[in-house]
Amino acid sequence: MSNIPAELKYVESHEWLRKEADGTITVGITDFAQAALGDVVFIELPEVGAEVEADDDIAVVESVKAASDVYAPIAGKIVAVNEDLVDAPEKANEDPYGDAWFFRMEPADADVLDTLMSAEDYAAKCE
Amino acid sequence: MGKQTPLYQQHLDANGKIVDFGGWDMPIHYGSQLQEHNVVREDAGMFDVSHMTIVDIQGPEALAYLQKILANDVSKLGFTGKALYTGMLNEEGGVIDDLIVYKMEGWYRTVVNCGTREKDLAWMNKQIEAFDATLTERPELAMVAVQGPNAIEKVKQVRTEQADLIGDLKVFQGLPVGEWFYARTGYTGEDGLEIMIPAAEVAEFWTALVEAGVAPAGLGARDTLRLEAGMNLYGNDMDDSISPLQAGMGWTIAWEPTDRDFIGRKALEAQKAAGVPSKLVGIVLETRGVMRSHQKVVVEGIGEGEVTSGTFSPTLQHSIAMARVPYDTGSECNIEMRGKLIPARIVKMPFVRNGKKVFE
Repeated sequence: MSNIPAELKYVESHEWLRKEADGTITVGITDFAQAALGDVVFIELPEVGAEVEADDDIAVVESVKAASDVYAPIAGKIVAVNEDLVDAPEKANEDPYGDAWFFRMEPADADVLDTLMSAEDYAAKCE
Repeated sequence: MGKQTPLYQQHLDANGKIVDFGGWDMPIHYGSQLQEHNVVREDAGMFDVSHMTIVDIQGPEALAYLQKILANDVSKLGFTGKALYTGMLNEEGGVIDDLIVYKMEGWYRTVVNCGTREKDLAWMNKQIEAFDATLTERPELAMVAVQGPNAIEKVKQVRTEQADLIGDLKVFQGLPVGEWFYARTGYTGEDGLEIMIPAAEVAEFWTALVEAGVAPAGLGARDTLRLEAGMNLYGNDMDDSISPLQAGMGWTIAWEPTDRDFIGRKALEAQKAAGVPSKLVGIVLETRGVMRSHQKVVVEGIGEGEVTSGTFSPTLQHSIAMARVPYDTGSECNIEMRGKLIPARIVKMPFVRNGKKVFE
């Protein structure tokens, strides 16, 4: 059974989103996604400063099994990326909602999270 | 639901993630493919390979039959238990399957792939009509591969009565003990045993090995281990349309004696005379990214090829692959990955043997 924290928001491409106090949004991949991928061995992150549209493929996760794109869950600007994750990709398996955040975005629409899936909706998707 | 081996319950109990593998419900991993890979390189792991097809060949013309259908020469097997790796070819010289043959007491045992079972049996049954010999499938035998530097020691601990016999086995040699058969063979590049066991007795043996500290390992780790060891996977690295000369299996063709007319011989001789068009090579990518099967290989000034098996090598911590490339390819190539050409090196396989990097 996947761990799906109640306080986060989710998109269909299996990324989670969390609103920070400064208004930026932290993004990572879900526990369901990491389990499906298997052992993660390489991660490529987007450039800080990049302006992206929702659903753009902006990062890559390579597991022992396959390469998968990570999509921008919302439109906005990349303001930070988790460089530590590049050096320790196994964290994506070990701590998908903590140490293994992928990037932070400044959303084009400050209220965008209200339009995304709740934990309950996402759990239904993963069944 | 697919077919299940006699160890299916053990896989569920160990949290195995079950996938379909050639019609069988098999564990791909039990949590972490990487950890299972590493335990085989460093200590001892075990694989349920009961899905593989065991076929016994008996009768006065068993040897003549095998000398007809196999590219390697079974008469090289000097004593009971000795094993031989070989291709079984079609008339065009393509590989129908790769298999191991063991010499038994006056008969032979073969182990063929599960994914090719039906076409193998159809072919073998058709060819045997001309010989005074019989084929018997042995579905009542399970098979466990115990692999790793400590694998043999752990099996000896569990099978104390046979410990001395097991300890005396040489590489690529087997030993029947009642209905059990111990062979010092494997598909990982480590020392170890492949053991055939009556299905009713295998669960107890597996459990005893777990208690002795042998870790269950899934088909995922089996694939990364065999690829590091430079061992072909049927269906990926060769198939019915590829000759052994194009699949790194030239060493398995017994050209001598020249009057042994095995199936595929004429086609192989013609291919050799005309020039073999392609070859199977090892590729290493020492930068980021993972090579995957079917990616295009571009060899500057020569032509193109294709990755047949690619993965991340847990031992080397970078990607390795096998690829079929034009015969004149040298030591450099480019791999097309996600729309970009990435330079990579061609090296002599294996990549890893007995836990250590082999190529330069």
